[in-house]
Amino acid sequence: MAEVSLKKKVIVVGGGLAGLMAVIKLAEAGYHVDLFSIVPVKRSHSACAQGGMNAAVNTKGEGDSPQIHFEETLYGGDYLANQALVKGMCEKAPHYIDMLDRMGVPFNRTPEGLLDFRRFGGTKFHRTAFSGATTGQQLLYALDEQVRRFEVEGKVRKFEGWEFLSTIMDDKQVCRGIVAMNLNNMEVQAFKSGAVILATGGCGLIYGRSTNSVACTGSAAGAVYQQGVHYANGEFIQVHPTAIPGKDKNRLMSESARGDGGRVWTYKNGERWYFLEEMYPDYGNLVPRDIATRAIFKVCREMNLGIDGEDQVYLDVSHLPHDFLMERLGGILHIYEKFVGEDPTKVPMKIFPSVHYSMGGIYIDQNHMTNVQGLLAAGECDYQYHGANRLGANSLLSCFYGGEVSAKTAGEYLSGLEGDVDAEVSKLAGQQVKKEQDANERLLTLRGKENPYVIWEEMADWMTKNVTVVRNNKDLEKTEQKLKELQERYKQVNVSDVSEWMNQPLQFTRQLGNMISIAQAIVKGALLRNESRGSHYKPEFPKRDDKNFLKTTLASYTPEGPVITYEEVDTSLVKPKERKY
Amino acid sequence: MNQTIKREDIEIKIKRQEGPNSPARWETFSLKYRPGMNVISCLMEIRKKPQTKEGMKTTPVCWEQNCLEEVCGACTMVINGRVRQSCTALVDKLEHPLRIEPMSKFPLVRDLVVNRSSMFESLKKVKAWVPVDGTYDLGPGPRMSPKEAQYRYELSKCMTCGCCLEACPQYNPQSAFIGPAAISQAVLFNAHPTGKRNASERTRSLMVSGGAQDCGNAQNCVQVCPQNIPLTQSIAEMNRDITKELFGFLKE
Repeated sequence: MAEVSLKKKVIVVGGGLAGLMAVIKLAEAGYHVDLFSIVPVKRSHSACAQGGMNAAVNTKGEGDSPQIHFEETLYGGDYLANQALVKGMCEKAPHYIDMLDRMGVPFNRTPEGLLDFRRFGGTKFHRTAFSGATTGQQLLYALDEQVRRFEVEGKVRKFEGWEFLSTIMDDKQVCRGIVAMNLNNMEVQAFKSGAVILATGGCGLIYGRSTNSVACTGSAAGAVYQQGVHYANGEFIQVHPTAIPGKDKNRLMSESARGDGGRVWTYKNGERWYFLEEMYPDYGNLVPRDIATRAIFKVCREMNLGIDGEDQVYLDVSHLPHDFLMERLGGILHIYEKFVGEDPTKVPMKIFPSVHYSMGGIYIDQNHMTNVQGLLAAGECDYQYHGANRLGANSLLSCFYGGEVSAKTAGEYLSGLEGDVDAEVSKLAGQQVKKEQDANERLLTLRGKENPYVIWEEMADWMTKNVTVVRNNKDLEKTEQKLKELQERYKQVNVSDVSEWMNQPLQFTRQLGNMISIAQAIVKGALLRNESRGSHYKPEFPKRDDKNFLKTTLASYTPEGPVITYEEVDTSLVKPKERKY
Repeated sequence: MNQTIKREDIEIKIKRQEGPNSPARWETFSLKYRPGMNVISCLMEIRKKPQTKEGMKTTPVCWEQNCLEEVCGACTMVINGRVRQSCTALVDKLEHPLRIEPMSKFPLVRDLVVNRSSMFESLKKVKAWVPVDGTYDLGPGPRMSPKEAQYRYELSKCMTCGCCLEACPQYNPQSAFIGPAAISQAVLFNAHPTGKRNASERTRSLMVSGGAQDCGNAQNCVQVCPQNIPLTQSIAEMNRDITKELFGFLKE
């Protein structure tokens, strides 16, 4: 590719669904795109999404509509989401299903050959299109294939095996490109562009074992946060009710298992107790995730009714027909069998809640621009759409819509750029590269006594214990102190490998520093939000408090710790009401 | 197989190599057994305390990983002589001591990491995509029976993990054979109502030396595919298409 003017060039960081969607929209509109990803994009975390993607198409005559989808998404999120973007997303959803269908996604079909839809949490409609129980993988592959086509046509350049380190910013806090590290030869390089879209995913690794992939450290978000980008609603972390606990990660057992008829139970007085059905007769096993998770915690931790006295309850699909299960849920049932060694079509699965998704993330406006001009964000790494709790099968949808909106905004922004942008940027780029090289050098020569993986494990244990399902201010304060201690110990880290060739511990140590900064924003936001809303539950403040907290939390970085301010939530379309399932 | 005896310690032998041009060596590690361990969690333990069984300090082992639930394809290795994903390699079900090596058919990067970019290049060669007009609002896709959708779904699960190439006797650095994964992807897109329109291009890309006819029918690929993709069936399918294409070609 010949040298392209920065006014025609966009960098996308992250090759999951949101990133790839942005790439496709930009390439179609005639922009040149450089796509950066830690892993080959086909291996991105979007592949882990299982149950499906929501679109209110009403093919089953139930009276569903995008407006109802919109209202249920707001209600499920306890009204913390800004409403205009959510409305846009729900209206566009049926179009994305058509688009993916045309791209050849092998969605499950009805006998007539139309797309089939299944049920998911927080709704009574069949609204979720699906490919067995590996929908994310199939959608990711569809976009990966289209991007490969653009790559062949010379419209997209892929940089796989590169880690984003920081943005190049001019003295007016305008983003002019990125600095990234080649994960093979560890070289640090500048890449200039008119605009940058971050689509770097969630931050589950802050909690150690979650349902997230290993790449989901939140490191890129942490890096730009330290460069002055706001981090919003960090305290809203979704804990999914049904996962298999593991030594290396927790593995998700999709909500679609319940959507297709699975039931959650434990023993009480020697008999099966379908506690979700009893507690929530209206929605039963398909109450939203925050509610199901709290119920499982109550059963296991307060009532001590976990199976075998441990932190686990049954998720049961064994009463459903074998062929039906294999066709619709084969993907996850195989995962269960491979890792637990039992056949879930015959015996109930043992599950427990696990950290799963971050509703919070990089602050963006209604056009997906961050508070830094030229820097945009989309997908799980941004904070819009899901409020205080995400409804199942809305995450894939928000990737498509966020990717599309951010690509559109980036294009408009580029056409408004004035002056000789190309000439200005070169010097800035050199300075930022030097800064990052120095940071690597410092870490490699430290030879301290702290192992980065041990620091990580301690952070993860504290975060999981104190900043998940049930939160108390006393514990949050202690966690805040603990993170300060870890931040100090991080300064004495020993990378344990000084190689200049594929130095994975160096890569991880850099990520760890950024993870600690995001963890601090999460904890501070949780500490100051004295109410209960969606996934954020404080027994000391059991009610939602709209007067004081119907607000977006904005964390700004300072070396002494995050400074929190609040912004009003746009509730102009639907008036908040009490959330009662 | 299936030994669930509790062990005090487990022993793991890992083939190490600092870089493509460095000599290989074996290192042995000893870890405390915990129930539910897989190969990945062993490697994670080692990096917390990178020290061999003999007490020598070493560097953490490099390996590729991402989803850890066998849908991303990253963590392929050769474990006890068999190529597979290391996330689903459960310590309780493996013979001890464990022997872990990188795949041998791809250029080595470091330790257990190899470069599989040739597999993604192959997907370009066979045009593994549906050539849509664009992502604009152009209405729904073609109707399809549940049976057709199910058939395509099975093929579409390919993670580009490399197991089939590692196990294939025809695929090696000296041969041009493209391997089962890309052939099966060509079949996947030839089976789509829109993809069918340029089926002939895909088929012709596999009529060259190194194409589908270089398959030696050892059938190792289906044995090792972690997604149980009917790879040999795909290759047979493609050979049939090639024959048809050949007749058409002769008519021209």
